[in-house]
Amino acid sequence: MGMDQTFKNKAFKMVGTRPERPDGFDKVTGRARYGADFNMPGQLVGRILRSPHAHARIKSIDTSKAEALQGVKAVLTAADLPDLSDGDSGLFNTLENCMARTVARYDGHAVAAVAAVDTRTAKEALKLIKVDYEVLPHVTEIEDAIKDTAPVVRENAKAEAGLPHNIGSTIEFGHGDPETGFKNADVVIERTFKTEQSHQGYIEPHACVGNVNADGTAELWVCTQGAFGYRQDCASLLGLDVSKLRVTSSEIGGGFGGKTHVWAEPIALALSRKAGRPVKLVLSREEVFRGTGPTSATKIDVKIGVTKDGRITAGYADCYYTSGPYPSVWAELGATTAFSCYDLEHVKTIGYEVVVNRPKTAAYRAPSAPMAAFAIESVLDELAEKIGMDPLELRIKNAAKEGTQSSYGPVYGPIGFGETLAAAKNHPHLKAPLGKNQGRGIACGYWFNIGGQTCTDLNIGVDGTVTLTIGTVDVGGSRASMSLVAAEELGIPYEQVRTVVADTSSLGHNDMTEGSRGTFSSSLTTIFAARNAIEILRERAALMLGIPVDDIVWEGGEARAKGDSHGNLPALSLKEIAKAAPKTGGPIAGHSEITADGAGASFGTHICDVEVDPETGSTRVVRYTVIQDAGKAVHPDYVEGQFQGGAVQGIGWALNEEYIYGEDGRLQNPGFLDYRIPVCSDLPMIDTHIVEVPNPNHPYGVRGVGETPIVPPLAAVANAVSHAIGVRMTHIPMSPPRIVAALEAAKAG
Amino acid sequence: MVEVKLWGALSASLGSDTGRVDIEAKTIGELLKKLVEEYPGVEPYMTRGISVSIDGVIYRDNWTKELPEGAEIYLLPRMAGG
Amino acid sequence: MSGIAVTTTINGDTVEFLCQAEETLLDVLRNRLGMTGAKEGCGTGDCGACSVVVDGRLVCSCLVLGAEAEGRKIETIEGIADGDTLHPLQEKFIEHAALQCGVCTPGFLVAAKDLLERNPDPTEEEIRFGLAGNLCRCTGYDKIVRAVQDAAKEMRGA
Repeated sequence: MGMDQTFKNKAFKMVGTRPERPDGFDKVTGRARYGADFNMPGQLVGRILRSPHAHARIKSIDTSKAEALQGVKAVLTAADLPDLSDGDSGLFNTLENCMARTVARYDGHAVAAVAAVDTRTAKEALKLIKVDYEVLPHVTEIEDAIKDTAPVVRENAKAEAGLPHNIGSTIEFGHGDPETGFKNADVVIERTFKTEQSHQGYIEPHACVGNVNADGTAELWVCTQGAFGYRQDCASLLGLDVSKLRVTSSEIGGGFGGKTHVWAEPIALALSRKAGRPVKLVLSREEVFRGTGPTSATKIDVKIGVTKDGRITAGYADCYYTSGPYPSVWAELGATTAFSCYDLEHVKTIGYEVVVNRPKTAAYRAPSAPMAAFAIESVLDELAEKIGMDPLELRIKNAAKEGTQSSYGPVYGPIGFGETLAAAKNHPHLKAPLGKNQGRGIACGYWFNIGGQTCTDLNIGVDGTVTLTIGTVDVGGSRASMSLVAAEELGIPYEQVRTVVADTSSLGHNDMTEGSRGTFSSSLTTIFAARNAIEILRERAALMLGIPVDDIVWEGGEARAKGDSHGNLPALSLKEIAKAAPKTGGPIAGHSEITADGAGASFGTHICDVEVDPETGSTRVVRYTVIQDAGKAVHPDYVEGQFQGGAVQGIGWALNEEYIYGEDGRLQNPGFLDYRIPVCSDLPMIDTHIVEVPNPNHPYGVRGVGETPIVPPLAAVANAVSHAIGVRMTHIPMSPPRIVAALEAAKAG
Repeated sequence: MVEVKLWGALSASLGSDTGRVDIEAKTIGELLKKLVEEYPGVEPYMTRGISVSIDGVIYRDNWTKELPEGAEIYLLPRMAGG
Repeated sequence: MSGIAVTTTINGDTVEFLCQAEETLLDVLRNRLGMTGAKEGCGTGDCGACSVVVDGRLVCSCLVLGAEAEGRKIETIEGIADGDTLHPLQEKFIEHAALQCGVCTPGFLVAAKDLLERNPDPTEEEIRFGLAGNLCRCTGYDKIVRAVQDAAKEMRGA
């Protein structure tokens, strides 16, 4: 059913308020059930054997002793996973990443798995599996990988003639002619920036319980950002009918993109199929780091030119992004977003996807954008200094706005970038004095946000309470937001609506909660489903009152007769209509099944103050402000939460988080001790300011907000550190040894 | 007839120097179908996924979406998130 | 039958179980006693998601062996609320939106309760250092600190 999704300005009663979330009680009492909190009768324990080599041919696997061990019910290798990808290389890569077939491609690559009666037996069984490896040369570092002499990571990876063999694909964006633009510049700066690989770092490791019956029906309980996506992937990989596999998403303990790909789930199902019993498979933290997907490491060469009065004349970037062994879209996303904040006559970006012997890269919150922003925003900062212009003024002068052709092609509709810059300009943070060894940095960022396939059911119970069934997994409080939207549309109290997240058998397909689409898409279908329900409520009211349905309006949670001729008729509340529903035509429900399009981009501007100890290189964030356009903040607490959480992930990455590989190609720090994410004592309060420039393609103006907050921090922190120490930092993370080295190099040079 | 602008790699695969092609189509579905018919070199990009931007609003798979007269139409790689 | 027989007190109740020597208290709580409030985020004592209190001391239950529970008094997240009545910390966490995905929340509540029992009027810095053993990846800690400050205020009767 087509429904109008154009923005209509209105005064809200519910949307924009801050009620308590419906899942709050369970989460503060420990009752909420996450991936590892569920059990099926008769379940076995699944464990995975992983390659200790960064690159090795698997000559043979002898599972006989493991199979013979008392208590072992199934042992799995790639021989048990036939290739059903039928030419779909993406699906084949997923299959191979779940379990190596002939080659182990990174330290931690799964090579076999067992299902046993308890953990002790499963661990014992893994030790009894004999894998005969032929170790091959490996390459883990981006600069080594793009050399012509580098070991070949993937036999078929090569993008095109003339390029190094480990470049799996390239892509280009832009318009105009940068060479002309650079000629017109008064100042041109060219720099190379590097960022190391970081992991999403969700506190909950991947966990699932899978059960496949002999008749091909199956069920999967799993922490995921999208039950439907996991169902599709698992069914395709294992040759199951999609409709016969019921996937239920547990509560999820963080995802940030890392739980939009399958890792161990197909293995759990395959083990179950072989063993004839359910299998519970929970990854350890070490396995999460070694065997699931971090984001790309990057090397970005940037060149930007400006006139002396601050107009950018040209921008150019070569963006090298690692993808692990499987080329994907990471360089493309970097090349897309790099200059997206600015109005440029001449711009060109080229993305190079580099294959390396590291885990398969997965999406991490605004994938690829933070690194590109680091490069561009750092150079802009340096240019501003060179021409004696305030760095914020330089952004304001060149900001993209409605009607600007973006650096990746399309012309922007109404966007809120300028508003975030104006809010930053007026923010007290900019006027706060700085102390000794302190520096301030600003940076901007963007994410395009997406819509996608979305289904929502709104069922009205006979007692007038409403069950809203959505398909987008709730990662951070969106159930509260959806309840607010339904309450707003129906004109009933928030407490009368209960939002639940459906399993795959209970609702039509929903795309993952990713791309900042959860609130945008599900609020859209919630609005449509509510309006659908209201039409039915009006019809029922018309029947109950004996008047034409065109004479009924829905207002304030009631059906009211309009006009004078029905003056004495009582209004009918939702409760009253619901109670009569069995007699007036049956259960009342509204539905919406759409491909949500028209997601609005979200821009942000961040301000960061740091203090750097010049002796140790230790950096402390002293003050941080996030200003971002939300279009319309449905539940402001959770919008602020996204701003703060994304900013802190960026701060951790900027100052400390990185994957460290040894000469042997093995990950040296697969644990939270040495892969240290920010802790409470590292940080100040994170101030937030929500800007609202309505998205014209959503009835309430909602824009996705989840990803943009991680885009500016690498640059904001780097600019702050660079000012604090008087040396330009070009390598993330700026851990203490790197800062000390930069200071020493500056002293020597 | 609509004028369609293309991102770099797609432009090359269509053999277009200008970064634009003209296609006779009223909806996204027709546009994509005609594109493959007239420029078979574009097929691999179709499989990979294309998004269509109409006056700055990005559409993914919606074949029914109409292409308004005079709208700015831009073909991009399919967008995803995290 | 192999296994170590253990008798202990959990949230005021006497509990008996059998466990293997290598099982941690966390394993026992989650897999033998059906108490899944404490979470395994890392298994190496680095994230605090498994926090419990043993004989009045805040510990990571992944670093305590199941057998070590013998004769001790253990307090978990499941014992913090009094039936349906939430502890002020639990209420404030919900009120301040101090949780997004919520998986770190049980550990934080156990740690924060322990902190406030030892220091009922902590400064922001004391709260931040007191909770530095608990990792959160979603919130950036801002709303968690505010919730603890507000709960402390209420508990002091201020």
